[in-house]
Formats: sequence, C-alpha cells, structure tokens
Amino acid sequence: MVEKGIGARVLRKEDQRFITGRGRYTDDINQHGQAHAVFLRSPHAHARIRGIDTSAAEAMPGVLAVLTGEDVKADGLGNLVCGWLVKSKDGSPMHMGPHPLLAQEKARYVGDRVAVIVAETLEQAHDAAEAVVVDYEELGPVVALERAHDAGSLVHDEIASNLAYDWELGDKAAVDAAFGRAAHVTRIDLVNNRLVPNAIEPRAAIGHYDPGMDHYTLHVTSQNPHVHRLVMSAFVGVAPEHKLRVVAPDVGGGFGSKIFIYGEECVVLWASKKVRGRPVKWTADRSEAFLSDAHGRDHISHAELALDQDGSFLAMRVNTKANLGAYMSTFSSCIPTYLYGTLLAGQYKTPAIYCDVQAYYTNTAPVDAYRGAGRPEASFLIETLVDQAAGELGMDPAELRRKNFVPKTAFPYQTPVALTYDTGDYEATLDEALRLVDWKGFAARKAESQRRGRLRGIGLSCYIEACGLAPSQVVGSLGAGVGLWESAKVRFSHTGKVQALTGTHSHGQGHETTFAQLVSEKLGIPYEDVEVIHGDTEKTPVGMGTYGSRSLAVGGEALAKACDKLVEKGKKIAAHLLEASEADIEFKDGNFTVAGTDRSKSMGEVVFTAYVPHNYPAGLEPGMEESAFFDPPNFTYPAGTYVCELEIDPATGTTEILRFVAVDDFGNVINPMIVEGQVHGGLAQGIGQALLEGAVYDESGQLLTGSYMDYTMPRADDVPSFEVVTAAGTASHANSLGVKGCGEAGAIGAPAAVINAITNAIGRRVEMPATPEKVWRALQNTQTPQAAE
Amino acid sequence: MKVSMSVNGKQVSGEAEPRTLLVEFLRYELGLTGTHVGCDTSQCGACVVHVNGSSVKSCTMLAVQAEGAQVTTIEGMAQGDELHPLQAAFREHHGLQCGFCTPGMIMSAADLLKTNPSPSEHEVREWLEGNICRCTGYHNIVKAILAAADTMRGAARAAE
Repeated sequence: MVEKGIGARVLRKEDQRFITGRGRYTDDINQHGQAHAVFLRSPHAHARIRGIDTSAAEAMPGVLAVLTGEDVKADGLGNLVCGWLVKSKDGSPMHMGPHPLLAQEKARYVGDRVAVIVAETLEQAHDAAEAVVVDYEELGPVVALERAHDAGSLVHDEIASNLAYDWELGDKAAVDAAFGRAAHVTRIDLVNNRLVPNAIEPRAAIGHYDPGMDHYTLHVTSQNPHVHRLVMSAFVGVAPEHKLRVVAPDVGGGFGSKIFIYGEECVVLWASKKVRGRPVKWTADRSEAFLSDAHGRDHISHAELALDQDGSFLAMRVNTKANLGAYMSTFSSCIPTYLYGTLLAGQYKTPAIYCDVQAYYTNTAPVDAYRGAGRPEASFLIETLVDQAAGELGMDPAELRRKNFVPKTAFPYQTPVALTYDTGDYEATLDEALRLVDWKGFAARKAESQRRGRLRGIGLSCYIEACGLAPSQVVGSLGAGVGLWESAKVRFSHTGKVQALTGTHSHGQGHETTFAQLVSEKLGIPYEDVEVIHGDTEKTPVGMGTYGSRSLAVGGEALAKACDKLVEKGKKIAAHLLEASEADIEFKDGNFTVAGTDRSKSMGEVVFTAYVPHNYPAGLEPGMEESAFFDPPNFTYPAGTYVCELEIDPATGTTEILRFVAVDDFGNVINPMIVEGQVHGGLAQGIGQALLEGAVYDESGQLLTGSYMDYTMPRADDVPSFEVVTAAGTASHANSLGVKGCGEAGAIGAPAAVINAITNAIGRRVEMPATPEKVWRALQNTQTPQAAE
Repeated sequence: MKVSMSVNGKQVSGEAEPRTLLVEFLRYELGLTGTHVGCDTSQCGACVVHVNGSSVKSCTMLAVQAEGAQVTTIEGMAQGDELHPLQAAFREHHGLQCGFCTPGMIMSAADLLKTNPSPSEHEVREWLEGNICRCTGYHNIVKAILAAADTMRGAARAAE
C-alpha cells in the first residue's frame, strides 16, 4: 500500500513555492531585451473608427511600434474564432461576426482593442498611448439584453440583426400537451446576473519571436496552452503550430476566463516579430481585466413548470435570452445551449422539457464560460422554480423535490434533454444535508430570530452538473470544433523516479499533488517519486486543457491508462526475469510476483532492467515510458444538495449567512482536502453571485462596475465557514477511477440555495445580486428602480 | 533617482522614477516577485508587505517614500529552511490554491497576529477585509490563521 495514494489527505506539493513567494507567474518573468506593450482601448461602446493617427505616438521617446487593425489586416492575420457551431431552429448556422485582433472599422465595446503601443518601458508605452489620436464616430449602442432585438443599431453590420442564433432543445409538442393536462402551473421570470470572473492574477502574455530559429514562444495566462497554440496557428495564423511554443507557467486562477484565446496574446507574439524579435510583454491592470476579460452568465429567462395534483412534475418550458457581448468568444456559443439546456432536467424525472434560447450581440464585453458555465444558470432556474412551486402548493420544498427525484434504481437515466445520467443517489445527499442542517428544527430557530427582530430563512438547492467534458463524438455532433479527449505521458527514469506529463493545466486545482497520488497508487511507488509536469506545449503531450471540471475525470484517466500500460509492460519484463509465464505475474503494491509464490521483482528492478536491458525479453522495446489518450464514453454527473440558512435585518435589508451546508456526490475522491477546498471556493463565488456581484453597464455602454471599488467581490467577512461533506459518493461509470469532478459544483449549486433562503425569510423573491437595497425595498413592498438593476 | 532601503534585512538600493510604486520597485528593480499586483485601486491586498513593522499595501506607497525604511516581503518570512508559522499553517490547512493572493494574505495576517495574538474567527475575517481571494472561499485561510495564532502563542509561552 502506498501511503499517499488515492483517498489520502496529502498536503500539496505546489505550496512550498507559493508560500515562500517563489511562484512563477507570467508577470514574474522578464526576458532579455524585453519591450512592453500597452493596448489603447475604445472609450466608446459602439463607434466607427474613421481614422487613427499614430504619428505623434511613434515619435515619443522609447516607442518601438504603434500597430492598429490596419496593420493586422495588411499582415494577413486571421480573426479570433468561436469553436462551437450552434444551429438555429431552422437549421441555419449561427451568425458569427468577425472578431479581429485589433478593431477594424468599428469598436464594439468599451475596452475593445484599438491599437497596441510597444515601447522600451511600460511607462513610455503608457505615455505614448495617450498620444494616439483616434477619430471616432459614435454610433448608437446596443446595451440592454432585453432590447437587443430591436435596438435600432447593429453590433455587426455584416449580420441582419443582433440575433446570433435562436436555438431549441426538446419535444415542444409533448411539453405543450403536458401543460394542457396540468393541475397546476408555476411560472417564473428571472435574471441570471452578469459576472466578472476576477481571477486575482490579471491576464498577461509575453510574446517572443526568435529570428535565428524562426521560432515563437508565448508565455501566457492560459488554462489550455495547446488550445492556444492551435487557435493561434490554425485560425489567427500568427505562427505555424510546429514553431510555436506556448507556456502557461503558474497561473493565478482562471475560473474559465483564461480558457479563451484573446487578441492581446496574439498581438504581443505578432508584435515581437514586428520589433525584430524583442520579447514583448503585456500585463493587464485590473481595470483592463474588468473591461476585457470575458464575462459570465447574463441571462433573462421565463420558465414554467407543469404539475399534476399530487405535485409530480409533468413538463417544463423555458425561454432564455442570452447575452453574447460584442463578439463570440472562444466557446461562448455552447454555454447558453449545450451546457445549459441539456441540464434543465436537474435531479428530476420530469418527462417532457422544452427550451429555446435566443442569443444576442450587444455592445458589451464578450460573454463566455465562467465557473459552471451554463450549468449554474440551469440549476438556478430549476431550483428557484421548484421552490416556488412548493410554495404555491403548500408543500415542503424538500418533499416536493424528493417526490420528483430520479430514483437511484433508475440509472442509467435518459433525460428528455439529451443526457444520460450514469449514476447518482439524490435522496442520499438530500437526507444528509437535511440532517446536518437540522431542517426539522428550523421553525424553532426562526422563532428565536424573530424574538431578536431578525427574519430567518432556509433554502435548498439540489443541483446537478455535467462534467468531464467530454465524449468527442457527442460534442462533435452538437457542433464542437474540437475533440475533448485528454492525454498523458508517464515516464520512468533509470532510478525509478517518474515524470507524469498531462495535457491539462493546474491553476489552483492542485494537479501536481492529486495526479502524483494517482500515479503513486497505480504504480505502487512513493508519492514523493512522482513529479507532475504541465503547462508547456514543448514538454507535455497535446491536451485540451482544464475547464468543465474535466482534469481528473478525463486527464486523470489518461494518466491511469498510461500507468496501466507501464504495468503491462512491466509484467513482461518481470516474467522474463522470474522465468515465469506473463500470465502468472501479479502486480500489487509496486511488486511483480509469480502468483502463489514469494518470488517477485520490484517496480524499481523492472524499470532498471528496461533501461539496462542486458537480460531482456526478445523483441520487447527497452524503456519504461507510455502515453495514453482518453476519450470518455459519457459526461460525469456530480450532484448534491446545498442548504443555506440566513438572517435578514429588516431595518437595513442586510443578509447574514449563518450556515451553509454542502453535501456533494463527486464519486470517488482522490484528495478530500483539495476537493473540499474546491467546494469552498465555488460556494464563495456562488454566494457572491447571489448576494454581491453584478456587472452593470449604463445606457451608453460604460461599465459602471469597473473596479474592486464598484464590483463587490466576496470578502472574508461576507461568507461563513462552510460545512462540506463529500463522502459516500456513487462512482462514475465514465472512467475507471469512478471520479466525477468537483471544481464547479459550489458555484452551480449555491445561488439558488441563498435566494431560496431569502425568499423563505421575506416571502418574496428578489433578483440577484440580492443586495441590502433590493431586500429592503422588497420588504417595503416597493419595486427596485430599473436603473439600479 | 536612487532609492535605498533595507529589504528582508539586507541593505539595497536601486533606481526609481518619482512615480514608481514600492511594489514596482520590489518586483522589477529588486526582482522580488513574491509580492503581487492584483488590482489598481488598493483593494485586493496581493501586494501587502511590512514597512517598519506594519502591513502596508505596497501599491499605495511610492518607492521614494520607503527611503531608509525596513521592508519585509514574503521572501523574508522564513528563517532559512524554517517556515514562518503562518506559512506552515497555510500549507497544513490548504489555505491556498492558485497562490496569487497568498503572499499578501500571509503578510497581512502576520500583522494581525502581532497586534492581536488571539483573534476570534470574526476578528480574522474582519481583518482580512482588505485582502481578496477568489479561490478558497476564505474558509481554509481563516482556519490557517487561527491555527498559526495557536502555534505562535504556544511558542511564545515556551520561550517565557
């Protein structure tokens, strides 16, 4: 038995460098001869660019180049792309407006890149940026999502309207029929508020073209360096793929926002060639991050649930308007469709579901995946709808849910919205959460709060997500432009030490630890002997990166398969050394043993033999290094129950979360400490969405929440200590490890629990973020003015 | 212009413009990249260092204002191979994920524990108001700081 294998609470390998200030993030890297880039950004939401005069800026001290969209065009560089083709109801493909590296003809949101200034120092580049003269003709901006369809202005002149696609999923006729025989229909209108991901490390990139080698290197804050390399070579054409190295060193959080291929990193690489091979560095400041990182969520929905007289769900009908922002970011199209509509069954056996989604362009920052990506929107909608139904029917919200759960005997369960859930036990997580929070004792606690003049509320959320993205053939049939397999290479050295190379990327998730535990367990070698390597396209095998809680379920499984291959090879070598039949060799705890005897060879002896093959099986290749790719047969389906208990001060509308209980089924768990940490972080983001966060644009398209002084990030005193249980999961069947993924659950499940608790406390639902003002106004029975939304 | 100060117990000097912030001087002139920049409005706290014994957001201070000061950064917290109790506690209690806010958290917490060796959970959370973490939900950061406080009180008692 290895000591620090699967299931152990092993402390993290990566921590030593971070706690001593020796992490190596992109902005920590400085290269010889490095120049600095500053992007000039549009101050207007929508404007025609009549001309750009760069002459004064070019004459400023230290300026090496000032480049605009015209230069991009002249050099024949391509546009950024959205890699998932979504089709409208009528079968027509989505309308993708051109997304240039630097704005051409029009600027389409405040913060759109208009020019780049490269100078000897950052200060010189900043100074020169102020000397660039752009002649803008302001155009009417399209800002409000609910008015995007008839805004009187087109974000993309090439497209007939601001509608990018009008997508549907489900059997509309069956749903309509079911509504026709419903005893009760619950209706809800809700907003899923727009969020800014806000990884604490701002995006950064250093592009370097080496003229001697005709080779490009990009250091970039990326969750998926190989995807960066692919898009930058195949679509943007800034460098050929075999001559481009993309390195994502330590990355300070991503939450989706560093999946995407942005213009800035393409431009610094291209600019390095323009300034004759000087490395060119750009680091966003936080203001730029607010303006230009892809935002998340931003839906307006109407949903209806049909129930029979016993409270059984008959059908659900959902219409959603989704904001894409000014351009379609890398994966934007699939978020409000295949990562949203497909999740609308939730944990319930609702027999018929229909959903249609209209996705619109607006003159705001692009919107794409943010922690959970589509699944939080689905979960929030279902769980507030179900709660409201319980209220209308006078039923206990827990019991209404229980009545409609997919029973644990029904797996695999085919939903009416395309997914097949493999495993789960929703009653188990519900029961554990209710027990932990003492659901039955709530009335007494509420009475106690009332005596203190406080309004106490309790709220449930039974979420599900589809993770481990995902089967390539399935996503391909739905429009994905890439396969979503993952890769790994496991390499022994002579001395028995192991390098485990993964195509995924760790930016806080602790892969260096979890993957080392996995490899240690599979190969029966000490955890300390495994080094995990990731984030460099010239070291690791081609991988699709980290998002959608996929790293362990897909990348970890690829590592496991590579380990299995090593064990198989080891058996051949051991059989030879032990003069036994390969079929008689058993591998356990790092030893190859002839079954039923005490004759064995250790993994170390076998590895040494593979590299010093003096006495070796005929025809077998030397060496102990194996690669594997894994393309999963299905998504994984983490699910759980969250309960939030809170108190509201009616005098101020202030909400205080008293308890937050999270019971998750993540299948098997490799490192409970890391998994709990992932849940904590997700919960804080989910609570942030529910209570605090919201990106607000004014009517002219100016971002009003453009700094940490305006956009309310959850701080330590905004959240409670969490009660998290991840034990007793049902193992996934989509991989041999039985794991499901845990990175997004908290952000998916938490918002509905908080909002349902507020509704429970004050008797009416308020839109997210449920700020003290909104709650107070709701208590006064007045409407929040639109402008404050 | 030339600026001189003591950083992590070593006398250093370097070039700074009048507009150069202390954090820029530390990162780009001295190469001490453990101190991070996460915002431009002095809100996130990733850049917290100690100046003359007190925690300071090094983005709110010009390098020239630190002339002659005693500055401690995250790189100066461990004594050789021996981690500061806060560093050890952050590792022990999984108080960090991506690591970007961690140096500021540790430096800020060190100042708290100097003035309040036995903080309550509530006091820790209030103190951390000026430090933003997006990964951990603060749960394990708070746990780590409370545990470090315990360790440091034990060490102080043992030394008496």
